[in-house]
Amino acid sequence: MIDLIFAQTLNGLASASSLFLVACGLSIIFGVTRIVNFAHGSFYMLGAYLAFTLVSRFGPADALGFWGGVLLAAVIVAALGALVEIVILRRIYQAPELFQLLATFGLVLMVQDIALGIWGPEDKLGPRAPGFKSFVVLMGSRFPSYELFLIVVGPIMLGLLWFLFQKTRWGTLVRAATQDREMVGALGVNQRLLFTSVFAFGAGLAALGGALQLPREAVNLHMDLSMISEAFVVVVVGGLGSVTGAYLAAVLIGIIHAFGILIFPKITLVLVFLVMAVVLVIKPYGLMGKRPVGSAHAHGPVEPLLLPASHNVKLIGLAALAVLLLAPFVVADHWLLTLTELSIFALFAASLHFMMGPGGMASFGHAAYFGLGAYGAALAVKWLGMPMVPALAFAPFLAGIAGVIFGWFCVRLSGVYLAMLTLAFAQIAWATAFQWVDVTGGDNGILGVWPAAWAAPKLVYYYLALAVCVVAILALRIIVFAPFGYALRAGRDSPLRSEAIGLPVMRIQWIAFIIAAVAAGIAGALFAFFKGSVFPTYMAIPRSVDGLLMVLLGGVQTVSGPIVGAFAFMGLQEQLMKATMYWRFVMGASIVLLVILFPRGLVGTALAFAERRREAEPAAPVTATPEPAR
Amino acid sequence: MDRRQFVSGAALGAVALATPSLLRAQGAPIKIGEINSYTSQPAFLKPYRQGWELALEQVNAGGGVLGRKVETLFRDDAGKPEDSVRLAGELINAEKVDLLSGGFLSNVGLAIADYALQNKRLYVASEPLSDAIVWAKGNRYTFRLRPSTYMQAAMLVEEAAKLPAKKWATVAPNYEYGQSAVKWFKELLKKAKPDVEFVAEQFPALGRIDAGATVQALEAAKPDAIFNVTFAADLSNFVRQGNTRGLFEGRTVVSMLTGEPEYLDPLGAETPVGWIVTGYPHADIQTPDHVKFRDAYKAKYNDYPRLGSVVGFDTMNAIAAGIAKAGTTDNEKLIDALKGLKFTSAFGPVEFRASDHQATLGAYVGKTAVKDGKGVMVDWRYADGAKYLPSDAEVKALRPAG
Repeated sequence: MIDLIFAQTLNGLASASSLFLVACGLSIIFGVTRIVNFAHGSFYMLGAYLAFTLVSRFGPADALGFWGGVLLAAVIVAALGALVEIVILRRIYQAPELFQLLATFGLVLMVQDIALGIWGPEDKLGPRAPGFKSFVVLMGSRFPSYELFLIVVGPIMLGLLWFLFQKTRWGTLVRAATQDREMVGALGVNQRLLFTSVFAFGAGLAALGGALQLPREAVNLHMDLSMISEAFVVVVVGGLGSVTGAYLAAVLIGIIHAFGILIFPKITLVLVFLVMAVVLVIKPYGLMGKRPVGSAHAHGPVEPLLLPASHNVKLIGLAALAVLLLAPFVVADHWLLTLTELSIFALFAASLHFMMGPGGMASFGHAAYFGLGAYGAALAVKWLGMPMVPALAFAPFLAGIAGVIFGWFCVRLSGVYLAMLTLAFAQIAWATAFQWVDVTGGDNGILGVWPAAWAAPKLVYYYLALAVCVVAILALRIIVFAPFGYALRAGRDSPLRSEAIGLPVMRIQWIAFIIAAVAAGIAGALFAFFKGSVFPTYMAIPRSVDGLLMVLLGGVQTVSGPIVGAFAFMGLQEQLMKATMYWRFVMGASIVLLVILFPRGLVGTALAFAERRREAEPAAPVTATPEPAR
Repeated sequence: MDRRQFVSGAALGAVALATPSLLRAQGAPIKIGEINSYTSQPAFLKPYRQGWELALEQVNAGGGVLGRKVETLFRDDAGKPEDSVRLAGELINAEKVDLLSGGFLSNVGLAIADYALQNKRLYVASEPLSDAIVWAKGNRYTFRLRPSTYMQAAMLVEEAAKLPAKKWATVAPNYEYGQSAVKWFKELLKKAKPDVEFVAEQFPALGRIDAGATVQALEAAKPDAIFNVTFAADLSNFVRQGNTRGLFEGRTVVSMLTGEPEYLDPLGAETPVGWIVTGYPHADIQTPDHVKFRDAYKAKYNDYPRLGSVVGFDTMNAIAAGIAKAGTTDNEKLIDALKGLKFTSAFGPVEFRASDHQATLGAYVGKTAVKDGKGVMVDWRYADGAKYLPSDAEVKALRPAG
């Protein structure tokens, strides 16, 4: 028994090393530039692929060829990172919080197709490392010597990074910028150079992590996404911006993995997310993280004040609604399917926006409530034998109950920590649906959730979905401009002052969380009957990311943004998937382009443009433009 | 332009305008809507598509079916069942396809199958292995080509029962395919050899195996033999750690799908020797049907076929044979024709069983070996799918739809 414990500890430590390198790069990038870098997994994957090519070229048997290839791969990816920062990200630092995430997600899509194009679809099993090809016998069992090497690499890299950050001028600047970026800028430090070098350094670390996996794991096209979620977990558990924390967290996750499969072999899917949820509930800023100094909104433009729609905007909205209502009489039959789907996604995006925009609570796991709504409907049909209408009414309650429970924990945090906790809960919900085969059918889902006979025709279901979505979206909008909405926004902009005038900020946020969950649940229930089946993918990470992208693309600080974003994003994706097998590349490139052209989202940029024009008019009536709240 | 010229010009124009619609009415192509996870599973589906296009080319070169050309509309579901349903709707309503085909992941297959039932449209599932597609959730409108999880497990159990091993451990990806493969293997092996016991089971998440720890956990249980269901990158990682740590020494491993070139080729010189596997020894099968297929494939793509190529090739040919037999694309008649349809696959004659709509396509069972630094299958035989399926009477109990 003791030897097994020993061996599994070593296994955990070995897998921790690569995870540490990737996560620590991610953490540094976030700390300095505040970019949630989705493309970090892509750098990791590129590092592995490049190392494979370079090592094969230089000769894998030769020590210089092998290690030279590994290091060169990291350097090349670092240069690539610098290029990305200079060409794309530098243009959008002034955009609202999280907006850069859109651009990095576009990169993820592009890299997936580029890697497929260059390296082909087959997995590449790399050569073993010269000098570390065999094993040593430890406590009676064979242990690969390369794994021992990796165990040593972790602490060595930690030491080097410590030295770099504590003893060099560059490192001091990075630490200073992590704590208070504005102050570093005010003191005359060249921020552009600092940002570029930090981004390149982080990308290089990720690539090194990938390259070091070469003798250990087959290089494949799914590496990027499987690494990125785990790396986020490590960063958050360790504490944002903390290198030591990242190491501790990586070791923790690695060891929990190694022992988890002994005790609960089937729970590996969620184990890390369970750990993250527990850590965040107990230590809200991670193991080694500190409460951020300065204002949470210290960068980017101040959110413009949300004003009720002007006369013109109302007219545009009515016109859009009229178009949707009349569309079935004009367009071909099959467009109804697309329009139904887009209406449902518009509600999903609007519900997420309600949290993110007025609520100031970004969620990385909003699909959980969408999925729970869908499962609520499917379970009601399958287990309770409910007809469609009662099932539709029942479903949002399941999402709402989850909102009550998860929300209670989430509103105690803020910023990225809050977002990651929502992700953890979403993964737990997903794993439950995936694993609880007897009730949910596991990944084969629940089939046969079709609408009642009267609603089955495409036209009827379209109008039903449209009606429900429009009513729900209008309700959300009314809440935003009701006293509750004002209180919510006050809590977002200045929690301290709001508390001081007697607003129970946390409870208000909690209620907003629940409202958003219920609205997403309604969308999910409609989606279930629309598709006729329900699967765990409805609440998987990609669906949450879709929601996030729709809101960001439309513009976070506008009320109609998410609707426009949903139509633009999902509509674009649908058409591209039909048009080309390389839709991921085109989609990614389009996202990057949109991000650069519309740095405040589609609607946000349009509004800013209109605002500028109004200000330019000399005789503009003096509307009470209240001082933007901070 | 004088009046006469104008009139003749107008007449020409009218003819030109009218001709295509006349042509369409007589020889409109037969349209197949093919939905698959092309971008998320390219290793299997690129060869699949090539195999499909080869068959399509051959069918059309021979004059098509019923005197009409056959046309395929490929759609990518990106591995999401909900997208596949949307694409099915689009293909049927907008593109007016005559039937649907495809599906790689089981849940995608099940989603399309349920859509097909709801919309009374034929769906020929090529690849999804889930037993539910033809049994528990089987329906009148769905047929499936590939040997299912159950069939592959039955083929391997036949070999496993001959081994002296008593204590077994299993390792399988944690989703429906892995779970049901393990379930059937245990059930069938216990039936064949009541004294076996299962001492450990590992269910790593698909695509994210922690190979070192998994190998150690299996080693700790000290099994006599191992049943493996992992594939692709998980398999490569598992094999490398297992080789270094000596997990496979003195143990027999029985492994599903590992002999397929898609999963065997990446292992290269690292291929473990002596595993009992199902797969496809493409270079060594010399039956006339296969040689013809392989030569045509090599000539067109300058590459050897993978198992995906065979599945794509056979699916397309099965559909063409079905339409030819039915003499129409009317789906109800086409379904009646597909029941009991006999057609020639790259592996030889195959039949769609009338009782459960499962094709009797088989798989090759053999042992792994290394030759010239590459993984190959040796001592193989063709396991005819018909022999590994439950009888029609047993199927009745498994398939509520009848």
